[in-house]
Amino acid sequence: MSQNALDDSRSVEATRKAIPKLIAVWIVTSLIGSLLVWFVLGPHLPPGTMTDQAAGAQFDIRFVSTLVPPVLFFIWIFFGYSLVKWRVKPGEDPLAPAADFRGNSKTQGAWYIITTVLVLFLAAFGTYFLIVPAGAGGGEGPSPIWTPKTKNMLQVQVIAQQWRFTYRWPQFGGMETTSIYLPVNTEIQFNVTSLDVIHDFWAYQLGVKADANPDVNNVAFTKTQQLGRFTVRCDELCGVWHGAMYNYGYVVSQAQFQQWATQMEAQNAAVTKLLPKYATTYTPSYAGNGGGYYPPQDPNANL
Amino acid sequence: MAIDYSKATGTGSSSGAPGGGGGGLLRPSIITGIIGGVIGWLLGHWIGNSFTQGYQQVQGSGSNDIAEFMGYIFMIIGWFAGLGALNYPIQKLFGVEPEAEEPVTEKGWTKYFRYTLDHKTVGVQYLFGMLVYFFTAGLLALAIRTELLSPTYHIWSPDTYIEIVGEHGTMMMMMMTSVVLGPFGNYVVPLMIGSKRVAFPRLEALSFWFTPISYFILLSGLWQGGFQSGWTGYAPLSVQQGVGQDTYILGFGLQGLSMVCASTNMVATIINYRAPGMSWSRLPVMGWSMLSLGFTMILSIPVLIDGLYVLALDRTAQTSLLYSGHGGSSFLWENLFWFFGHPEVYLLAIPGFGLVAEIIPVFARKPIFAYKTSAAGFIGLAILSFFVWQHHLFQSGMNPDMRPLFMLTTELISIPTGFIYLVGMGTLWRARIRLTTPMLFMLGVYFNFLFGGLTGVYVSDVPINVTVHGSFFVMAHFHYTIMGGVIFAFFGAIYYWTPLVTGYQLSEKLGKIHFWTMILFFNSTFLPLFAVGLLGMPRRVFEYAHRLQFLNQWVSVSAYLLGASLLFFAITFVWQLAVTRKPTVRNPWGSRSLEWYVESYPPPAYNFKRVPVVLSWPYEYGDANALPIADIVNETKDLDPVGRA
Repeated sequence: MSQNALDDSRSVEATRKAIPKLIAVWIVTSLIGSLLVWFVLGPHLPPGTMTDQAAGAQFDIRFVSTLVPPVLFFIWIFFGYSLVKWRVKPGEDPLAPAADFRGNSKTQGAWYIITTVLVLFLAAFGTYFLIVPAGAGGGEGPSPIWTPKTKNMLQVQVIAQQWRFTYRWPQFGGMETTSIYLPVNTEIQFNVTSLDVIHDFWAYQLGVKADANPDVNNVAFTKTQQLGRFTVRCDELCGVWHGAMYNYGYVVSQAQFQQWATQMEAQNAAVTKLLPKYATTYTPSYAGNGGGYYPPQDPNANL
Repeated sequence: MAIDYSKATGTGSSSGAPGGGGGGLLRPSIITGIIGGVIGWLLGHWIGNSFTQGYQQVQGSGSNDIAEFMGYIFMIIGWFAGLGALNYPIQKLFGVEPEAEEPVTEKGWTKYFRYTLDHKTVGVQYLFGMLVYFFTAGLLALAIRTELLSPTYHIWSPDTYIEIVGEHGTMMMMMMTSVVLGPFGNYVVPLMIGSKRVAFPRLEALSFWFTPISYFILLSGLWQGGFQSGWTGYAPLSVQQGVGQDTYILGFGLQGLSMVCASTNMVATIINYRAPGMSWSRLPVMGWSMLSLGFTMILSIPVLIDGLYVLALDRTAQTSLLYSGHGGSSFLWENLFWFFGHPEVYLLAIPGFGLVAEIIPVFARKPIFAYKTSAAGFIGLAILSFFVWQHHLFQSGMNPDMRPLFMLTTELISIPTGFIYLVGMGTLWRARIRLTTPMLFMLGVYFNFLFGGLTGVYVSDVPINVTVHGSFFVMAHFHYTIMGGVIFAFFGAIYYWTPLVTGYQLSEKLGKIHFWTMILFFNSTFLPLFAVGLLGMPRRVFEYAHRLQFLNQWVSVSAYLLGASLLFFAITFVWQLAVTRKPTVRNPWGSRSLEWYVESYPPPAYNFKRVPVVLSWPYEYGDANALPIADIVNETKDLDPVGRA
C-alpha cells in the first residue's frame, strides 16, 4: 500500500476510536426510537382491539415495529458517518487508493450469526402468534388445524359473489342476510366461500382475512371483545366493481344480537325456503350470472 | 500480436444475420417486420374465425378467443419473418449455406432498427426499449394516481380504471425482469469478462425483438376491453374475461420467452466466454449477479409460460383446469403463477444488487468487501427464492400446515439480502468516497431498499400478514424494493456507462438534480402508502374511505412530481446525447474493470483486437502496485492501472 494512501482519518487507530462513540449514538437513538414506537405509536396501531385476533395482530405489529429503529439507525448512522468522514476532501487525489482490505472474518462472522439469530427468532415469534390465537384470524382452508377451544361457536357463512357479500346463519334456520351483526364476547367461526371468482373477506377491525374461493370453504376464527362498527372489504381483485365491494358490520351486545337475529329469521322465513340447503360450498357459476346458487338452473344441483 | 478474427478462426462473426446486401425499404428492418405482422394478423384472424364458426361457445359470446389467439400468433410469426429472423434457420434447414455477412461491423443508426447480432447494438436497443416500457407504464401509474385523488369522484369509469391498473402492473413486471439484463447484461458483461462476442447472438437478438411485439400486444388489450385481472391474472376471473385477457396471456408469455432466451445466452456467455485469467474468483460481481439471475430465470419462467398455456386452454379449448366446476382448481393457477412470481421479484432485486456491488468500489477506491459473500448472497437469493412462493397465499384457503415453513423460508431470505448491506458497508468503511451521480444512485438503493426490506418482515409474518395482505402496505413494500432498488440502480448504471456506450459524458449537475428530486419524490410518494395500507385501504380499488383522502392526495401530488423528475431525466438525457454531445475522457470514473479498456468509446466491433489476458482481480483499488486488470491495458497508450487519464 502506498504511503500517501492512508491519511489520519482513514487509519485503523482513528476508526477504532470512533467505534465506541458510534455505538453509543446508536444505542441512544435506538432506545429513544423504540420507546416512542412502543409507548406512543403502539396503542394506536391497526387493526385495533375489537377482537382477540385484532389485538393479537396489533401486538405483533407493535413488537416488530419496535425492532425497526435499531436496524434503521444502525444502517443510517453507519452510512452517515462513512459519507461525512471519508468523502473526498478538496485537494485530495480522488483516485488514490484508500484502505486495502477485502474482508474481516470477525465482522463477517458476527454479521452472519446476528442476522441468522434475528431471523430465526422472528420466524419463531410469528409461528407462536400464528398458532396460539387460532390461526390469528387468517383463512385456514376447509380443515383448520389451529382452532379455538370452545366448541359452541357462532357460525357465520360469508358468501362472496360479484360484487357483494351476503351472510348465512346455519344456527338461525339457514337464513341469508345482507347485513352482518355479531355478538360481543363470542367466539365466531367464519366460513368463507364464493359463488364465482376469487374474492377476499377482509373484516379490518376484526383482524380477519380469508380468501373466498369458489367450491372451497375457507375457515377463519375470531373472538369479539368490544362493541363497534367494522368495515368489510373485498381484498382480492374480482373484476370491475371490486373497488365498490364493501359494507359495514356491527359488534353489538348479545341481547341485541339475539333480537336482531330472531327478527331477521322471521322476516326472511319465506325467502329462506327458496334458498338451496345450507352447505359449506355451492356450485359456482363462472359466467357471472349467479346461476349456480339458485336451482333449477344448476346442472349439478342434485349431485 | 493480433489475432485474426475473421470467420475462419471462429472467434469473430456470426454469419447470416439479415440486413446486409440490398438496400431500400424492403431490406429487413422494423418496417418489414410491421408489414409482416399486419399480414400475419389478418391471415391468422381469418383462419381462426373460419374454423371456429360452428363453435357454440364462441357464437353469441361477442368475442372469439380462438381467432384472437390465431391472429396474434400469426402476427408474431409475420413479425419475425419480416425482420428477417427466420432467414438463417430456414436456409440452414434446407441445407443452403447462408450468405456470409458482417452485420456486427455495420455503422450508422439504422442498425438499431434491424435484427442484428452484435451484443452492443442489442444492449442499446434494449436500453431504449426498456425506457419506452418504463415511461408508458409510468404514465399509467399517474393515471391511477389521478383517479385516487378523490375517494368518490371518478375520472375513469371503473372498468377503464381496473384495466389501467392491470396494464401498469403487467407492463412494469414484464419490463423489470429485463431492465438490467437487457441493456447492461448484454452490453457490458461480455466486455467485462473480456469476450469478443456472446455465446448465442441469435438468441440474444431474438430476446430483444420479442419485447416490442409483446409491448404492442399487451397495450392492444386497452382497445379490446382490457383485462380486469391485474398482473396476477387469478383464475377464474381471468377465464371469465373478454378477449382483452388474451393480450395478457400472449404479451406476458412472449416476454417470458424473451427472458428465457436472454438468460440462456447470458449464462452460456459467462461460463464459456471468459477471457484467459478471468477465473471464477476474479469474475466481477455483476457477472455473479447475472449468472444467478440467468439460472433463476431459466428455472422459473417456464412455469409461468406453462401456467399461461393452461389459462389459454381454459379460454379457448374450453378445458376447465383452473376452475373447480369440472375437476380443475383455481389454486393451480395461484401456485403456478407464484412459483414463477416469487423468484420473479428476486429476479428484479439480484441485478440491482449486482450493479450496486459493482459500482460502489469504483467510487470508494477500495476493494469490494467480502467478495465471496456477495456472490454467495446472489446464489442464496436465487436458491431460496424458489421456496417462498406460498407466502402470497397465506390467507388463500389452502391447507395451513405449510404456513410456518413458508414463513421461515421467507424470513431466511433476508440473510442473503443482508449480505448486500454487509458488502456495501464494508466497502465504504475507511474508503475515499466520491459522490458522483452513479454513486448517489447506488447509495439511494441502500436507503430505499432498507424500507422495502424491513417491511418485508411485516409481510412475511403470518399474523401481521392478515392485516397487510392485499393492502397498499404490500404495494408500497414492493415498490420500495423494485422501484427503490432496481430502478435506482438502473438509472445509476445509465449515468455510469453512458460514456462507454455513447462516447459522451452526461452532466453531473443535471444528473444530481435528477437524483435528488427522484429520491425525494419517490419517498414522498411511497412512504405514506405504508400508512394508507395499515389504515385499511385495499389495492386496486377506485373508492376508499374519506379519512384517507388527504394521504392519497399527498401521494398523487408526489407521484406527479416524481413523474416530472423522470421527465427531466428523459429530456436532459436525449438533449445531451443528441445536441450537446460532450465527448468523454477515457475511463472517466477511474474504473479498473475491463470494459473501460477497449480501444475507443463506443467499443469497436468485436470489442477487443485480441482476447485480453486477465492479470488481476478487478477490485484492486486499494493497492497502487497491483497488476493492471489485463495485458491490454499497457498497450493502450493513455491508460494507467488506476485509470487516471
